[in-house]
Amino acid sequence: MSTRTAPNSVVGAGSGSGAKRTKTWSPRTESTLRIVAPISFGLIVLGVWQFLVSVVGVDEYLLPSPASIIEELVQFWSSVVSATILTGTNSLLGLLVGSLIGIAFAALAARWRIADQMSAPIVAALAVVPIVALAPVLNSMFGADSQFGRQAIAAIASFVPIFINTLRGFRQTKPVHRDLMKAYAANSGQMLRRLTLPTARPFILTGIRIASSLAVISALVAEYFGGPRGGLGSLIATSAASSAYARAWAYVVASIALGLLFYLATLALERLVLRRVPTGGSR
Amino acid sequence: MSDHTPNPPRAHEPMDAAGLADVAAVEVRGVDKYFETASGTVHALEAIDLNIVPGEFVSLIGPSGCGKSTLMRLIADLDTPSAGELTVFGKTATQARLDQDYGIAFQQAGLLPWRTVAANVALPLEIHGMASAARQSRVTELLEMVGLSEFADRFPDQLSGGMQQRVAIARSLAEQPRLLLMDEPFGALDEMTREKMQTDLVRIAADTGAAVIFVTHSIPEAVFLSDRVVVMSPRPGRISQIVPMRLGDAAGREDRTDELREASAFFAMVTEVREALHGGAADLLGAESRISRGAETR
Repeated sequence: MSTRTAPNSVVGAGSGSGAKRTKTWSPRTESTLRIVAPISFGLIVLGVWQFLVSVVGVDEYLLPSPASIIEELVQFWSSVVSATILTGTNSLLGLLVGSLIGIAFAALAARWRIADQMSAPIVAALAVVPIVALAPVLNSMFGADSQFGRQAIAAIASFVPIFINTLRGFRQTKPVHRDLMKAYAANSGQMLRRLTLPTARPFILTGIRIASSLAVISALVAEYFGGPRGGLGSLIATSAASSAYARAWAYVVASIALGLLFYLATLALERLVLRRVPTGGSR
Repeated sequence: MSDHTPNPPRAHEPMDAAGLADVAAVEVRGVDKYFETASGTVHALEAIDLNIVPGEFVSLIGPSGCGKSTLMRLIADLDTPSAGELTVFGKTATQARLDQDYGIAFQQAGLLPWRTVAANVALPLEIHGMASAARQSRVTELLEMVGLSEFADRFPDQLSGGMQQRVAIARSLAEQPRLLLMDEPFGALDEMTREKMQTDLVRIAADTGAAVIFVTHSIPEAVFLSDRVVVMSPRPGRISQIVPMRLGDAAGREDRTDELREASAFFAMVTEVREALHGGAADLLGAESRISRGAETR
């Protein structure tokens, strides 16, 4: 973290940007500012946006004002909530399944070199599979009333970063630790549980955090390409199609909130799990 | 060279148990070790013969690259010999490893950073399925032995290097091994800590009656600890001489106190080992002067 310097007098809303650089802030002020600054910046952006629409006169049709978006959000609240839950469930299931498969495959690839060589091109291919292509195929495979296709897409999207990070984590074990486990005649299960997995833990968690946002985006985008209605993605599409742009934006706001929720939840998980684990290795 | 030490192992050693007196702790016969590297084959060990009786403390000393660590790794079955025969308590090295006949400590403490001190010491016991209650009491006992009882719940990175090394030694003793393999365990410690650890190790070895193979490149350390010092020379690594430690009154474990470090018998043995090293490595002046410098400072 860079040292931020500014007078220690003002923590006032929105004044962060104009601060003079003379004195270091106390840690308490610093942490308050870390929350206040982005919020005030966001409010300023919203203010300018509202100003552009209602005073400057940008067409509501092109750019709905924040006020009208909030209005739609309130009016369609129950639909927004149920859509968020639906998309959120698909994303979560995808993330969970993708994580499990990613970790399992990484364990195989770390254990057997041949598995690594076999899976490398497949993973590289999976990483670039366009959802546009995959979604219709899966939707027609599992039927138009099934959420399975969307969950599968979220799983595939989460699989890639988790696999790559976990595999890297599995390769971080130190020679002295491997010698020790061999000297203890530990079997491969004990080795995995007591050495390889704990060593890889920070890498796995980073993979899950990266995958969390991808899972939400993929589950949402997959809804554009058929399947049952009701998710955030399909509601954004139908609202936009019926020129209800403010309502489409309201669903976009919900999507952003959902993505943030996933990201923050996985970040919290990472912090929680790694909190008790010292970062410095033993000598 | 002689296979048997003129210095008999400690008198209190229970040698009669199950006829173990006849079985060498470690027996190495004509062992060679080659490593294949990118730049060709390296002859790491040549025609190694060594016999270590139960309860004996043997140091392997020599300049870098003389294969002393390699020899220890062969005994630990972390590597396999290219030729020759190697038995540990009359079994193959692999069988001895599977039977957990030895405890091991390396130059790096090698503690798992996500485990507490107590959990690190418990690791081998846990792997070998000791019941939780028995495990806990054994860990308490071990931490007491190395004087770290108050640090049981700390994590390794909260400990100094010397304390970490003591945890590693406690861990190596967890299963009361009859053989202790130590690869420069005090190599990274400062002089004060090092002497303290040496004194502790002498006491622990006496308490447990285990045979110890101790790799080091400090002459005074080898002399202070050992019944015999195996002097090795490099390229290819071989045993140039085995020097029995004649320390007079201080030959017994219990008598090896800090006073020994200033005794004339101690200095005589330091000189003898040093001359053995110089003789064995006369063609390697660089290594030689490094060792003699080390002898003066340690």
